[in-house]
Amino acid sequence: MAETPLLTEDRMTEIMTVNIGPHHPATHGVLRLVVDLEGEIVRECKPVIGYVHTGIEKSCEDKSYWKVIPFVERMDYVSYFFQMQAYCGAVEQLVGLEIPPRAKYLRTLFLELNRIHSHLVWLGTTALDLGAISMLWYCFRERDRILDLFEMATGQRMHTRYFQVGGVIEDIPLGFEQKCRSFAEDMPVRVGQYEALLDRNEVFLQRTKGVGAVSRERLLELGVSGPLLRAAGEPWDLRKATDYLAYPEMDFKIPVGTVGDNYDRYRVRVAEMVESSRIVAQCLDKLPDGPFIAEDRKYVLPPRSELSTSMESLIHHFKLVTEGFRVEAGEVYNAIESPRGELGCYVLADGSSKPARVHFRDPSFVNLQAFRDMAVDTYVADMICSLGMLDPILGGVDR
Amino acid sequence: MPDAPGLELIRGEIERDRPGAVLATSFDREQAALIVDPAQLLAVLAWLRDEPGQRYTFLSSLHVADYLPAEPRFGVHYELLNRDRVERLRVKAMLADPGDGGLPAIDSCVELFPTADFQEREAFDFFGIEFRGHPDLTRILLPEDYVGWPQRRDFPVGGEPVTFTYNERNYG
Repeated sequence: MAETPLLTEDRMTEIMTVNIGPHHPATHGVLRLVVDLEGEIVRECKPVIGYVHTGIEKSCEDKSYWKVIPFVERMDYVSYFFQMQAYCGAVEQLVGLEIPPRAKYLRTLFLELNRIHSHLVWLGTTALDLGAISMLWYCFRERDRILDLFEMATGQRMHTRYFQVGGVIEDIPLGFEQKCRSFAEDMPVRVGQYEALLDRNEVFLQRTKGVGAVSRERLLELGVSGPLLRAAGEPWDLRKATDYLAYPEMDFKIPVGTVGDNYDRYRVRVAEMVESSRIVAQCLDKLPDGPFIAEDRKYVLPPRSELSTSMESLIHHFKLVTEGFRVEAGEVYNAIESPRGELGCYVLADGSSKPARVHFRDPSFVNLQAFRDMAVDTYVADMICSLGMLDPILGGVDR
Repeated sequence: MPDAPGLELIRGEIERDRPGAVLATSFDREQAALIVDPAQLLAVLAWLRDEPGQRYTFLSSLHVADYLPAEPRFGVHYELLNRDRVERLRVKAMLADPGDGGLPAIDSCVELFPTADFQEREAFDFFGIEFRGHPDLTRILLPEDYVGWPQRRDFPVGGEPVTFTYNERNYG
């Protein structure tokens, strides 16, 4: 289905403009597409966004630093740990706070679980768009195990508010390690099962191979990052390129594609799930002992048990939950590798206890600019496939 | 990141060809920034992108911050990235508010970095920064008929009245 057939004279050659969405199951959120069609072929395509804009960045300016965390999580609602890490990392850089090794490992562990979770949601829904309905149930079965792990450690299945400035809010509970380890062992097997279902599925292969390819030069011009860029053969991953958290101590590979079509995008993400489960297992193996959050009481809440015995702790607790901590004037841009690419968080501090500006460079928002290149001169059906493979999360796009 | 002396070297090289293009540098919390003259922004960005020793070819992020009450108040930030050396450099252009309902303006860098398209529209949408030469400078996240620039610091949180259609219909 890749090549566009030449239209013959007897076909209809009139251009028709069609509106798709914003409420359409195949747009993976509230995305509206204005598409110019010539017969069944897309000649022009314009994404219209903003339907779930909720002004999160503005609201953050009215909250003290630690209260911003649950807000930013709700932008990209399937990779919430990444938003927390981008924001907490930026604030830690602003105040010059070093987080303890155990917190680094725990954060890495949960980020990678979240990456698998995000890719599972993507795989299930995208395969669903291509008619492979059973994939959704299999992917969501594994996703549920991850959510169970989140619930066990944080009390919440989604939007966990687990990362704090200085570390994580609680240590992992007893029994978590065993459950998590069995998940990390099972996951590569499950991924093999997904591949068995899709990689020999003739319909799936024909719908994805050679469809929606964009060259890596063009992707780089458009600022695209993450699996989309790696599928085009560019081995760019911030987890390898920069040192943050426990990634320098982890042994993992960066899967890359060759031609950058939809099939490569699928392969790269599926291979990433296996690599992420390896990182999860390594985090558990190497998990250091020690505190899970920094000691600095100016930024970190004192342990609950101290409040009834120590006046000083009570004062710190009171200061932190009423006013919050103040941050000296300055600005920081902190970028991490989210499941969709470079997730950047810019925080401007003006010396008060509230950030003067919080901006997220959301990868979905930037990657969406490549959609026109992917979709033009393909069939409408392939456009839907390309959109799924782009994996935009509209909560993150609109913020 | 270029370190503090590296940043001064970059400044020196830019100054040699274009005196006055770099107004100041800042190296704070391990992050390097060039504060440039808005009129010469494109020349500086093009130089940083194309000069063989620099090659900041990837524009990670373009965003705006409102430094009210400082003057000039708007800072347009260009987070550049050299992927070979993994170095980030922030280029910042400060714009004053012209007042009388006029919009602060700066040249669009879409020609240099096509990725800036959506991000400049976002900056226009929320701060009312006009990017001269942008192919389609319209609101992107807010409705087309929206009035005001809500991310500016003098726009209050909750400045948007909530319309309750039920109340309007029955009691309005």
